[in-house]
Amino acid sequence: MRYLFRPPATDATGLLALPWHQPLEEWDDEHLLDVPQRGISRHVVRFVAVEGRVYALKEIAEPLARHEYALLAQFEAEGLPAVSVLGICVDRPGDQQAILVTRYLEYSMSYRWLFSGPQGERSAEQLLDTMVVLLVRLHLAGIFWGDCSLSNTLFRLDAGTFAAYLVDAETVERYPSLTRGQRAYDVDLARERVGAELLDLQYGGLLPPGIDPLEVAEGLPRRYESLWEEVIREEVFRTDEQRYRVAERLQRLNELGFDVGEVELITAEDGTRLRVDTRVAEPGHNRRELFRLTGLEVQERQAQRLLNDVRAFRAYLEQKTGRPVPESTAGHQWLAEVYQPVVDAIPPELAGRLAPAEVFHEVLEHRWFLSERAGRDVGTTKAARSYFVTELPKTPQELTTPSVIAGRK
Amino acid sequence: MASIEMRNIVKQYGDGFPAVNDVSLDIADGEFMILVGPSGCGKSTLLRMVVGLEDITSGDMVIGDKRVNDLAPRDRNLSMVFQNYALYPHMTVFENIAFPLRLSKTPDDQVRRRVTEAADVLELQEHLDRKPANLSGGQRQRVAMGRAIVRQAEAFLFDEPLSNLDAKLRGQMRTEISRLQRRLGITTVYVTHDQTEAMTLGDRVCVLRKGKIQQVASPRELYEQPVNLFVAGFIGSPPMNFLPATVEGRRLETPFGAMELDDRRAAAVSGRDLLLVGIRPEYFEDASIVDEAKRPHGTTFRARVDVTEWLGDQQYAYIPYDAPEEVQNQLRELSRELDSEALRTQAIVSIDSTSRIREGREAEFWMDSRKAHVFDPSTGENLTRDAEAGAELTRLAEEDRQEQVEEARSRGESISGGDRRGAEVA
Repeated sequence: MRYLFRPPATDATGLLALPWHQPLEEWDDEHLLDVPQRGISRHVVRFVAVEGRVYALKEIAEPLARHEYALLAQFEAEGLPAVSVLGICVDRPGDQQAILVTRYLEYSMSYRWLFSGPQGERSAEQLLDTMVVLLVRLHLAGIFWGDCSLSNTLFRLDAGTFAAYLVDAETVERYPSLTRGQRAYDVDLARERVGAELLDLQYGGLLPPGIDPLEVAEGLPRRYESLWEEVIREEVFRTDEQRYRVAERLQRLNELGFDVGEVELITAEDGTRLRVDTRVAEPGHNRRELFRLTGLEVQERQAQRLLNDVRAFRAYLEQKTGRPVPESTAGHQWLAEVYQPVVDAIPPELAGRLAPAEVFHEVLEHRWFLSERAGRDVGTTKAARSYFVTELPKTPQELTTPSVIAGRK
Repeated sequence: MASIEMRNIVKQYGDGFPAVNDVSLDIADGEFMILVGPSGCGKSTLLRMVVGLEDITSGDMVIGDKRVNDLAPRDRNLSMVFQNYALYPHMTVFENIAFPLRLSKTPDDQVRRRVTEAADVLELQEHLDRKPANLSGGQRQRVAMGRAIVRQAEAFLFDEPLSNLDAKLRGQMRTEISRLQRRLGITTVYVTHDQTEAMTLGDRVCVLRKGKIQQVASPRELYEQPVNLFVAGFIGSPPMNFLPATVEGRRLETPFGAMELDDRRAAAVSGRDLLLVGIRPEYFEDASIVDEAKRPHGTTFRARVDVTEWLGDQQYAYIPYDAPEEVQNQLRELSRELDSEALRTQAIVSIDSTSRIREGREAEFWMDSRKAHVFDPSTGENLTRDAEAGAELTRLAEEDRQEQVEEARSRGESISGGDRRGAEVA
C-alpha cells in the first residue's frame, strides 16, 4: 500500500494505524465515528477521529482519488471554499479502490439538516443564495463542477449568515476560463440536483410544507444569472459620477461576499467604463487581521464581528488608563479577559453545537438585546450567562461537531 | 431521435493549437457511433462540442436538421448518460426515474407511461415501488439510464462511462449499454480510449489521431482493412505485428523469411524500397500442428522464442526480430503515440494452446500470408488496403443493425416508435 500525504501532515501519522487493507465497509466500529445529517454519496464514506481530529474517508477508483486530491490541494492553496484534503491511500491489497482522506469541516451542516430543521423555511432562500455564491466563485476560477448539488455542498454559520464549501471534486474539470455552455450546463445540473434532493426530502416527510422543491429549483438559474451579471458586468457612467459609482459597485460586491482584485476605468466620450476584476478567493482581510492580533482562526464575518469587539475593548482600555494602548496589547488582553472566559464558560454538555466564534457572536447579539431591554449595557459576562441558559440550548444537539463528540469518548 | 452531422468542425484554442481539425462525420439516426483514440486525439473535445460545453471555432454542428452551434446545452435536448448519477433514498425507484419529468412539470399520466415503458426495457418493473437502497450495482446504473430514457432526448452521449468501474461491472455494463441501445434504437455517441469497448459496442467506429479522423468504419472493416499504420496498430489486442520487409517482384523478404503476395497486392507495392508488413497474431501458428489444408497458404520459418504466455484457452509466443533503425524509430514513435508497450521489435504470435513450444528455444512457425497488409513506413499508408472489401464489411454491419432494430420494434420492445412522438405533439 502507498500513502500520499500533503505536509504539514503531522496529524496524518496517527491515521497510519488504521486498517487500510480492509474494505472501508468492513471497518470496526471502534475506529469509526457516527456523523449524523450527511448528504447522499455514491461511494462508501466513513468518518474517523484520531487525536481529537475528525477525517472523512471515501473509497473511490484510484484515478479519481488522485484527480480529486490534486484539485482540492490546488483549491486550498488558492483560498477557494472547499474541504481540506489530507491525502490518499492507493495500491491497497486485492485490487481495492483508493481511499481519499479529507479533514472534516468542523461545525458544518448538511442541507438535509438545514432544510428539515426548525428554521427550514427561512433558510431555504439563504442556502440557495449561498450555494449560488459558491458556484459563481468556482466559475470565476475556471472550475467546472460537473456535480453541483446540495449533497456536495456543506454549509457553515458565519456570524449568523451561511458560507458554502465544495465537498466533492470528483467530477471537477479545471480550465483557464469557462465557456458560456459550460456554465449553463453546470447551472442546469445544479437546478436538477437541487430539485431532486428537495423532492427526496419531501418524500421522506422531512421538508417543511412551505417549501416547493420545483419552485426552489426553478429559481436557481435566475439567482445565478443575476449574481454572475452583477459580478462581471461592465458599467458605463458619467465621468462626474465616477467616484460615487465606483465606491457603490465595490461595496455591493463586498456585500455579496466578493473581493475586488483590480479596478479598471476607461474614460471615453460617452463616459467612464468601469471594469472590475473580481477575486475568486474568499475575502479574508478581517480573518487575517484577527489572526494577527489574537491568533484566532475564524471565518470572515465572525472575524469582522470580533475585531469590532477588540476595537471597542481597546477604546475602553485607553479611556480607563488615560493613555494610548497598542493594538497588539489590546488584542492579547481582549483574548484573555473577554473572549476566552466566554468560551470557557460554555457548559460542557452544550459544547460543540456552534463554533466558539459563533457562540461569541451570538453572545454579543444577546448582549445587545438584553441591554436594549434593560436600558443600559449589561456587560458580556452577564449576557453570556443568560445566553447559555436561554439561547444556546435551542441549538439542536445533532449539530454537535464530531471532534467534540470524539473528545468526550 | 435524430441524426448528428458534423461539417468541417474545427476547435482551436487560444494558443492556436487545433484540438479538433476539420472533422466531418455523419451519424445516422439510431446509429451507435464510437469516438476512439489515444489521449489527446480530440475525441472528448468533439463530444463536448456536440453537448455544447465547448465553443466551435468553425464548422457546423447539425442535430436533426437544426444547426446547434449557438444553442445552450439544455436546448440541444441530448442526454449525457450516467454522468454522476445519484440515487435518492426516500424516493421509490419509480420516482428516481421520474424526477426529471416532475421537475419539468410533465402531466402525471405521461410520467407514468414513460417511466413504465423505460422500466420495461430496463427490466426494472419489479423494483419500481421499492426504495433504491437494495439495488445491485448494475440495477443502479439502469436507473440512471432510465432517467435518460424518460427525457426522450435526441441522442445519448457517453464520455468514458466505464473507465472507473471495476472489471466485472465494466463487462456487465458494456453488455447492458449495447442491449439497451439496440432496443431503443437511439442515436448514440460514445467516447472511449479502450479499443475493446470500441470494437464490441459500435456500429461504426471513428478513429481519431491528433484532432483528425483517420478512418470511420465498422469494427470489422477497421480490423481487416485499416487505412494506415496508426489504425492497424490501435485496433486489435494483442496488436498487429509490423515486420520490416523489402520487395522483389511478388516476394516480400521479412525477418521471418519470404512471403508471396497475390497479384493485387504485388502491384500495389511494386517499385518500393523498404516496407512494413502487418500481420495479426492469429495469422501465425506452431508449424508442427498447423492444419494441413491451411499450410500451403503460408510459409514456415524458424525463430527463437523469448517468452510464452499460456492462458488456458489461448497461448502467445513472443519472438524478437531485427529491424533497421529507421523502422525501429517508426515503431517506437507509434507505440508512444498509442500509449502501448507492446509494439516493440518483437512479434506476438498466437499459437494453439496445446502447442509445446518452449521459452528460450528455437521453434518452427507457420505464417499465413493471405491477410498480410503492407504499409509505407514513412507515411504509414496501407498500400494493400482493399477499399471495396472494407466497404462491404461495413455494409453488412449496417444491414445487421437495421435488422436488429426492426426486430426490437416488431417485438414492441422499442419505445421509440412513431406513435409516442405523435402523442407528444398532441
